[in-house]
Amino acid sequence: MSHVRYMDKTREYYRSLGYETPYRWAHFDEIPFTRLAKPLSECRVAVVTTSEVVLRDAPGSPDDLAREVYSLPADVPVERLASRKESYDRYATTLDDVDSYLPLTRLRELATKGRVGSLAPRFHVVYSEYSQRKTVEVDAAEILRRCREDGADAALLVAV
Amino acid sequence: MCHQTVGLVTRHLEANGLPTVVFGCARDIVEHCGVPRFVFSDFPLGNPCGKPFEPAMQRAIVEIGLDLLERAVAPGTTVVAPYEWDPDTSWKDKVFTAAQPFLDEAATARWLRRKESHREASRP
Repeated sequence: MSHVRYMDKTREYYRSLGYETPYRWAHFDEIPFTRLAKPLSECRVAVVTTSEVVLRDAPGSPDDLAREVYSLPADVPVERLASRKESYDRYATTLDDVDSYLPLTRLRELATKGRVGSLAPRFHVVYSEYSQRKTVEVDAAEILRRCREDGADAALLVAV
Repeated sequence: MCHQTVGLVTRHLEANGLPTVVFGCARDIVEHCGVPRFVFSDFPLGNPCGKPFEPAMQRAIVEIGLDLLERAVAPGTTVVAPYEWDPDTSWKDKVFTAAQPFLDEAATARWLRRKESHREASRP
């Protein structure tokens, strides 16, 4: 069976709820492309996630009122993390295993084996926004700044 | 929206000299946006890096992404992870249907508030 057509599905779904104007999904004809500058075994790898994970035991976890990019230490055991994400297929699956959408343990294992050089010291959380402009001009710019600050050579981005 | 968000961020990073790879489960949204490298898992939204509590599958999917980082020679390269969620594919038919509202009522209300506030802010 072929994959789910989410753009068609959501158009129909929201039309059925009375929203006639379809959302204009981002589309570009040109796609940027940058090659690795050195072997992956020497690269420091950053991770970006939309999973809205927070530390379970930290009362000071960032709240979502401002919906700003935030970062957490990449060496935190995943058992200490929990996702606050609401938009996933809650009928078919769960977000109970962090490594299924934020593969920190898997990446640490691969770094130990030398498949990647290292994991950047923190990973970055970005909120999903209705406004593409906010995502590009505010959030993406901030993530780039943090990746550069951490000396990242490549980035893995995971969509929940 | 998550897949579009990741698409927009990955494009920005890549355009500024940082090689990237995206993991996701909504193939149409990611490919419509246009990203340099994409590992597609044909799974329900939520677990693009492998089924929960299946570390061997998760490791294999992450490694597919790392291979893609090294080997892709052109932008817009998609690799399909060789795993099936379940022989029963009925979850695909139920996504975004009245029988299975995607968000619960409270989450829907929050989403609509954000959408309206964006529209207010965008008005000239």
